[in-house]
Amino acid sequence: MSTPSPILARRDFLRVTAVAGGGMLLGTMVDFAGIGVVNAMEPAGEFMPNAFIRISGAGVITILAKNPEIGQGIRTMLPMLVAEELDVAWQQVIVEQAMSDEAKYGSQFAGGSMATPTNWEPLRRAGAAGRQMLVAVAAASWNVPVGECTTEAGVVHHESSRRRATYGELASRAATMTPPALDAVKLKDPKDFRIIGKSIPGVDNLKIVTGKPLFGIDVTVPGMLYAIFEKSPVFGARVASANVDEVRGLPGVKQAFVVEGTTNLSGLMPGVAILADSWWAARSARRQLRVTWEQHPTAQQSSAGFRARAKEFFAAAPQTVARQDGDVVTAFAAAAKVVEAEYEYPFLAHAPLEPQNCTASFANGKLEIWAPTQAPQGGRQLVAQTLGIKPEDIAIHMMRCGGGFGRRLLNDYMVEAAWIARQAGVPVKLVWSREDDTQHDFYRPAGFHKLKGAVDANGRITAWENHFATFGDGQRFAQAASISPNEFPISFIPNALFGVSQMPLGVPTGFLRAPTSNAIAFVYQSFIDELALAAGKDPVQFRLDLLDQGGIVAATPAAPASPVNAARMKGVLELVAEKSEWGKRKFPRGSGVGVGMHFSHRGYFAEVVEVNVSQRGEVKIVKVWVAGDVGSHIINPSGAMAQVQGSVLDGIAQAMKQEITIDGGRSVQTSLADYELLRITEVPPVEVHFRTTEFPPTGMGEPALPPVIPALASAIFMATGKRIRSLPLARHDLSWS
Amino acid sequence: MKITFSVNGTNRTIDVPADMPLLWILRDTLDLKGTKFGCGQALCGACTVHINGSATRSCQVPASALNGRKVVTIEGLSAQASHPLQQAWQELDVPQCGYCQAGQIMQAADLLSSNPQPTDEDIDAAMYGNLCRCASYHRIRAGIHRAAELAASSRASTQQDADSTQGVA
Ligand code: FES
Ligand code: FES
Repeated sequence: MSTPSPILARRDFLRVTAVAGGGMLLGTMVDFAGIGVVNAMEPAGEFMPNAFIRISGAGVITILAKNPEIGQGIRTMLPMLVAEELDVAWQQVIVEQAMSDEAKYGSQFAGGSMATPTNWEPLRRAGAAGRQMLVAVAAASWNVPVGECTTEAGVVHHESSRRRATYGELASRAATMTPPALDAVKLKDPKDFRIIGKSIPGVDNLKIVTGKPLFGIDVTVPGMLYAIFEKSPVFGARVASANVDEVRGLPGVKQAFVVEGTTNLSGLMPGVAILADSWWAARSARRQLRVTWEQHPTAQQSSAGFRARAKEFFAAAPQTVARQDGDVVTAFAAAAKVVEAEYEYPFLAHAPLEPQNCTASFANGKLEIWAPTQAPQGGRQLVAQTLGIKPEDIAIHMMRCGGGFGRRLLNDYMVEAAWIARQAGVPVKLVWSREDDTQHDFYRPAGFHKLKGAVDANGRITAWENHFATFGDGQRFAQAASISPNEFPISFIPNALFGVSQMPLGVPTGFLRAPTSNAIAFVYQSFIDELALAAGKDPVQFRLDLLDQGGIVAATPAAPASPVNAARMKGVLELVAEKSEWGKRKFPRGSGVGVGMHFSHRGYFAEVVEVNVSQRGEVKIVKVWVAGDVGSHIINPSGAMAQVQGSVLDGIAQAMKQEITIDGGRSVQTSLADYELLRITEVPPVEVHFRTTEFPPTGMGEPALPPVIPALASAIFMATGKRIRSLPLARHDLSWS
Repeated sequence: MKITFSVNGTNRTIDVPADMPLLWILRDTLDLKGTKFGCGQALCGACTVHINGSATRSCQVPASALNGRKVVTIEGLSAQASHPLQQAWQELDVPQCGYCQAGQIMQAADLLSSNPQPTDEDIDAAMYGNLCRCASYHRIRAGIHRAAELAASSRASTQQDADSTQGVA
């Protein structure tokens, strides 16, 4: 066990330069990955059928990982697709991170669980094109029909003449061919897959367990200074005055200056930069920094104020009606039972463990950036606009991210580093403190819902009404603060109304893993449970009946059919019910189970949570069962399992204890002491089952999160009789006697 | 101030501010980037190293407390990733984003050195303060059990080697 496996040892020889691709390199590249400075020139005779594959004459097979790695395993999974159809053994492959270059690689984005559905076919075609060319070269040189040649593990075989040639031997001749049209190449029959469907460990694991530099925060550039950027805790306030002259004289400090900033909450905010010869010196100097911030209207805003405003909204009709089906008024009048309830959920932070950071170097009008980012192209646009430089004069290295969760879809830290580096005239490594990170997030927006539902004498839902109080200026929603009017169960119910009222918000908001869904699943699934209770039906059976009710009769542009495929949803619901022995177990008071289901990011998930609640109200989650349907293949089972379990635990953490409170226009929470993450002691077993269906595979990073929250809430209801209509649970007294 | 201490078996003499935490000395002065900054407040465990053999939050230890100490970081845990935890972590594909994992491994290594066969409860108690935002906790726990197994079997085979050598003699 003492020598590392040859696969992993070889990966250490990753040649960093070629990552740069088409001329984006500024001379030689800095050795941030501990590999050695190398020249950007490509040796001649390498076979590069497209942007994703490089095979050298010596037989080194390199596959480019195109997307940002945030812990979702994409740097491993996307190259698996190429390797499968190229027909090489995974052990032969060296994976190399691509630069940000959408013209060359297509979309490079880590969000919306989009990478699987959008790359499933194109990347397999890229691999198949390479294979097809290598086979053609071999067949031509042996003068045999292409159809008689087979491939395996990077070798072309001609069985009857017993000839073989490695891809390396064929590379230089293949390099002279014109690549085929991608839509014309033939893909494998899935039954012949050798890599897809196998658990492949993360390609960076060896570096992670040996502490090699890998993340954004590990970047070093010669001559760089370390920067801290202090912003107003009241979001957006400008600097009135700051003692930067005094700070400049402190030990280790090289520069200190005010950045005017912009009014873009997702861009360069006003603040004070301190640059020093070590991060610790900058951080120490910050303690002597005295800033007076200008008055800012956001200082009037608070979570309590938002809640009060929502109550006012709920006393009147919604500002706008976004969708109306049938006639809710008549349906409520005719109902056997009508249920009304108000739900709310708080702002949430992302709290990735690696604080925001970015390294930037500006020279001769060109900018080079090393950033942990989920959206490099968005970052390029933001930086180009803010600094007034051309997008093509910006080179972006996508560093591994110490967690993303949607936080790094917005590139505020990137534009800060770029601006500070240009103004300072030296390369700059900006590293936020944990306090900066907690107080300057793009929070999952809070939201408030007033719901009304009706069931008829047969226990079927006949009417559904939601008045959603959220944030916006009346014209546009605040970022990530809108919810689709078509969200399930709307369009499964004949009479429905979705109304919206908006209040202004000065707090930056954004996308948190399974955005929208992480909030609305809690509200709608919990309310469905309330209606099931009113109807006297079992929560699983009630949902199955609702799904059987089907879509509305005639979908129109104003009232589109639901995106939910009822059969797939029923499939996972029935599977999780079976695995958790739903309805077959008896629970004493203080114990219970709850169910939740949700469709998001093209994936179907249903989950059951079992809890024990002590008489004093302490919640212990006994177990979670998960059933998911993400289509025909689980591409990398190890990564998929990690994403599902991680998503479920993420949802549990949100439900149990997480909350950002706004007061005086700032976040009350400032660190991991008051914004707590889940601990190992709070982790229940999470049993995962997949149902494969004929649909193309879809992403795993998000859709398993939403259902666990309502499932947990309804398990607590069964255990204690207390209905949870607001989060987190830590706010509630769950004691019982 | 000038201090001399051992890092991964090598004596280092450096001149840094007395209040500079070991975390930043490792990362920025000695260019050992494996030890991670998560909070700077003893709240996350990402910065965990061994000082004189005990798992310690390096963000809380100032330069002034380091003279003569022996520090081991993730880079010095083993030659060539041979520590059973490093092996188990790869075998079970423990990391998600990976950012917390150096701290997790250093904390777990301390646990295994005093308790070679920990129970789930022992693991919970020892790992309580090491946060994983990705919640890779199932595999962290499994990884510690697997490492305990690997260590036990390598102890057994070393013992066997010793026995058979004696037999020959
Ligand atoms: S960085 Fe030291 S405990 Fe978080
Ligand atoms: S693996 Fe991401 S924080 Fe632990």
